[in-house]
Amino acid sequence: MAGQPNGKRPGNLKKTIRSFGEYLGHYKRMLLVVAVLATISAGANLLGTYMIKPIVNQITVDGSIAGLTRGVVTAAVIYIIGALSTLGYTQTMVRAAQKILREIRHNLFAHLQTLELSFFDSQRKGDLMSMFTNDVDTIAEALNNSFATLIQSFVQVVGTLILLFVLNWRLTFLVVIGYIAMFVYIRYSTKRSKYYFDRQQQYLGEMDGYIEEMVAGQKVVKVFNHEEENLNGFIARNEKLQKAGTSAQSYAATMIPAVVSISYINYAMIAVVGGIMVIMGWSDLGSLASYLVFARQSAMPINQLTQQGNFILAALAGAERIFHTMEQKPEVDEGTIDLVNVRQDENGNLTVCREKTGMWAWKDESHPENQLVPLRGDVRFNNVTFGYRPDQHILSEISLYAKPGQKIAFVGSTGAGKTTITNLINRFYEISGGTITFDGIDVRKIKKKDLRHSLGIVLQDTHLFTGTIADNIRFGNLEATQEEIERAAVIANADSFIRRLPQGYETMVTGDGANLSQGQRQLLAIARAAVADPPVLILDEATSSIDTRTEALIEKGMDQLMEGRTVFVIAHRLSTVRNSNAIMVLEHGEIVERGDHDELLAQKGEYYQLYHGMFELS
Amino acid sequence: MDDLKYVFSYLKSYRKDLILAIILVCVECMFEIIIPLLMTDLIDVGVPARDWGFLMRQGGLMVGCAVLALITGLMYARFAAKTANGLGAQLRLAQYKKMQEYDFQNLDHFSVPSLVTRMTTDVTVMQNAVNAGLRPLARSPIMLFMGIGLAFMINSSLALIFVITAPVLGVILALIVHKIGPLYNKQQAAIDHVNGRVQEDLTAIRAIKAFVREDFETEQFDEVNDRLASASLETFRNAVLNQPAFQATMYITVVCIMWFGGRMILAGSMTVGDLTAFLSYVLQVMNSVMLISNVFLMLTRSLASARRIREMLEEKPALDNPAQPVTEVKDGQIDFENVSFKYTEKAQKPALSHVNLHIPAGATVGVIGGTGSAKTTLVQLIPRLYDATEGTVKVGGRDVRDYDMAALRDAVGIVLQKNLLFSGTIRENLLWGNQEADDDAIWTACRTACADEFLNRMPEGLDTDLGQGGVNVSGGQKQRLCIARTLLKHPKVLIFDDSTSAVDTATEEKIRTGLAALTDVTKIIIAQRVTSVMKADFIIILEDGQVHAVGTHQELLQSDSIYQEIYDSQMKGDEEDGRTA
Repeated sequence: MAGQPNGKRPGNLKKTIRSFGEYLGHYKRMLLVVAVLATISAGANLLGTYMIKPIVNQITVDGSIAGLTRGVVTAAVIYIIGALSTLGYTQTMVRAAQKILREIRHNLFAHLQTLELSFFDSQRKGDLMSMFTNDVDTIAEALNNSFATLIQSFVQVVGTLILLFVLNWRLTFLVVIGYIAMFVYIRYSTKRSKYYFDRQQQYLGEMDGYIEEMVAGQKVVKVFNHEEENLNGFIARNEKLQKAGTSAQSYAATMIPAVVSISYINYAMIAVVGGIMVIMGWSDLGSLASYLVFARQSAMPINQLTQQGNFILAALAGAERIFHTMEQKPEVDEGTIDLVNVRQDENGNLTVCREKTGMWAWKDESHPENQLVPLRGDVRFNNVTFGYRPDQHILSEISLYAKPGQKIAFVGSTGAGKTTITNLINRFYEISGGTITFDGIDVRKIKKKDLRHSLGIVLQDTHLFTGTIADNIRFGNLEATQEEIERAAVIANADSFIRRLPQGYETMVTGDGANLSQGQRQLLAIARAAVADPPVLILDEATSSIDTRTEALIEKGMDQLMEGRTVFVIAHRLSTVRNSNAIMVLEHGEIVERGDHDELLAQKGEYYQLYHGMFELS
Repeated sequence: MDDLKYVFSYLKSYRKDLILAIILVCVECMFEIIIPLLMTDLIDVGVPARDWGFLMRQGGLMVGCAVLALITGLMYARFAAKTANGLGAQLRLAQYKKMQEYDFQNLDHFSVPSLVTRMTTDVTVMQNAVNAGLRPLARSPIMLFMGIGLAFMINSSLALIFVITAPVLGVILALIVHKIGPLYNKQQAAIDHVNGRVQEDLTAIRAIKAFVREDFETEQFDEVNDRLASASLETFRNAVLNQPAFQATMYITVVCIMWFGGRMILAGSMTVGDLTAFLSYVLQVMNSVMLISNVFLMLTRSLASARRIREMLEEKPALDNPAQPVTEVKDGQIDFENVSFKYTEKAQKPALSHVNLHIPAGATVGVIGGTGSAKTTLVQLIPRLYDATEGTVKVGGRDVRDYDMAALRDAVGIVLQKNLLFSGTIRENLLWGNQEADDDAIWTACRTACADEFLNRMPEGLDTDLGQGGVNVSGGQKQRLCIARTLLKHPKVLIFDDSTSAVDTATEEKIRTGLAALTDVTKIIIAQRVTSVMKADFIIILEDGQVHAVGTHQELLQSDSIYQEIYDSQMKGDEEDGRTA
């Protein structure tokens, strides 16, 4: 009833079933209850149906109200048990299904959080989203509908077969042949329909893609009066999908009539052969009549099985994608070094302490005898080489250092590797050669979580979350008090605009901050970094157009944030590069010039040219 | 239910297929009813008479019926699929056409993801409803009335049991459907929350990793995840009540029939065969009621989709073409006469108020002002992307509302701030400006837009394939391609809405020089940088939706406080920069 299975099929069925089985395993007890109750319910149904004959017979034999009452009461008891079991198993199944689905969604989400950035680079967001919506949905559909039905149909098939064997074992061979014919047909048909459904799925994807692109670009379409051409493009795709959809669905819909007809033909054969057997004296007419009633019912569960089979296969295909994602290796974190709060005594010795002191040090968990290294913010690159793929060199042999409190600016054209360098410091990506050290420690030895805590980052695109303004700033430091949040906002120059908002710090941010301007979002990003209060900062100056006044606010906010910290900045503004201790001019992944502003200008090289053309801000 | 009716009215052009499908289901039903009758004959007449020929003939007839049932079944499958997919295709086409009729105002009203959902998921839901609902809806009433009718023929007083229990089941199931309607909405809201969370998380994954907020995010997700789980639980707990309800009423009916029927047999007013035959109709009748209720349950689920589709199709485009449109734009002269504008009627403050401007044809005009000063709003009124709420906007000396919209927009080229390239090659994208443009024309436009230098460096040049949304080019390159695309239109008015923000100043200067050669084209340039506009014939300073000042660079530098402030902030201490710009 809940729509049509989408005809997708899993690639590696066995593996997917095994993984899925593990999830079911967590709710063994509930599912066992479902299985038992579903079996009872199916049994009661079967028994009830087959009880009618003897009850009616008894009436005629006994001819007494007492006999009738006995029979009817027996049937009523069986039925009550059946209906109650049905109530029990359906309710239990719904509970189990929701628990399983919640767990799958949770695990998928939690696992996604652990994956490397390169995974997200390689995936389309829509595909990942679709796992939470479509794939989980098909699993829900299957759990809600198919699990119990499958058990019931199975009980019915087996129960009916046993009964038929008892009644007339010779004729039952014909029934079995009918079953086999149906199964063969279903197998063949499923394989064929895969072809049609794959094609439909492909056209559906193309159609959806086209709609997405054109809806998003509709304003441009209007400006160019391009509606007509696009409509033709749309109609072509729409018609292709319509054709493919029609053949896929008409193919799928042939399954039931075909199975029903096979069962009727089988039924006719049984009747004729049975009739002959009666004529030949091998059987009596009465038992043939009741045999035929049951034989007719025997095809029904097969129909059910066919339908459920489609749902289940679609669900397994969805489950396969989810499990595949869950199998992706999480970020490697072999680090053993922690960041700890420390206290300094009069002699300058550091000791670990629990309370917040504002002083931090690196502590090696695996070598507790090693000395504590105070957190200072000294970052060095030694011959660092990097490529997103093994055969690729984005950065080669980069060496640079930033002493605590120094400001290093990166300039260069688009694709020169500026952003890549900053992504390596916090280990968003793994370097393929050389070393990066933090306070003299190889960053690979530092636990990722602690490394990233000690690095603040302001990205070009500020993404805000649904929640209040205060919540969004607090994202930088979950333990921040209201006071600390406001102080950070003051540093970022964001306080004044926030106070002018209708609910101030409690103003809700919705739809990725659609109600805030680009500039205001940037100010919030700066406040977020300020509340984290890290010794090292990575800044990617925004290139997006912000009006001059807001830009001045941002500039001031950035300057206040940078004070007293080691800063790596991807520079787009003149004032930034001028105030830097060192400027690295990057080209094709190499540092081609380095020095401060005046030195570099005097060299009249690459920097000189860049400077006079300002920068390509992309 | 009105929404469903509205959506299903799009079945119109597939009415023939729909009717055929329904007829075929009925015929299929008939065959299925005939087969057991043939069987009864075979057993009751053929076997006792030991008539081999009759046996074979009846058997053959049954097989024949089965084959005919198969054929009608297969034909039904074809027509039903045609109907359902036809509905889907018709709806999508109507929606797409409607969307193209939309104006900027309508497009602002619906967000992009919401429009996409309405055209994809929602249509699929409706299509599936037809596909899955048609068969039981056509078949069940026949089976229901046939079952009750036959029961009445056998024993009318016993058949009264059906008259009571079938409606009881119907009412129970209707109550369940009624109860679930609002629960589905609640569940859908919970699903939206989950999707929203996931989307936010995926978009901001870098920030999450940078701030080590993975666990925090998971906690946040768990909150909405738990809410979805409990909303779904509530919905489905009620939905699955239909199964025990069905069984309970069916079993009660069976027991009643056995009890009363048994007594009738004892009293001699009914035969055993009649009772067994009677009982075989119970399943048929009750099952039919159940199947009908399932269809309603499914329709309830699709109600929300139907409503969303209808909303989209019933949205009225805000602008329309005049009855006798002018198709020729004389020149690029632009006038704003006391123009005010509100984005929505409900907006308290107008975005633009009382704007009066005169821009002669061929002039170069700069527009500058802070965020929210309505620069974009101002220029979007010129190609009539929105209509002024008050006052008149004139192009070529005529009210923009007098023109054929396509002609007006051909004459007024605008490079939007949020610009897009589409999937396809660079050439295909540029041809949007002018389908007939040859390579010479394309290269000329690219040279003016300074796009030639990077195109020359691309191995495939104009035939380079852009991924979706133009991902294979940088921001600055994309802006230059968008400029070239607009130049190919050879418009009389050219509007740049902050279109060179990602282009370096040297290149921007080159583009400006190239544009200066187009002397009969009116050029309007919105910019953040003073250097982008200081050479314009005059500059318009906008402040809070009003024209604050108009004048040349020199005039404004002397007299206008806002312009001075902007100039100072950008040029302060940058003597060298001032020199080169």
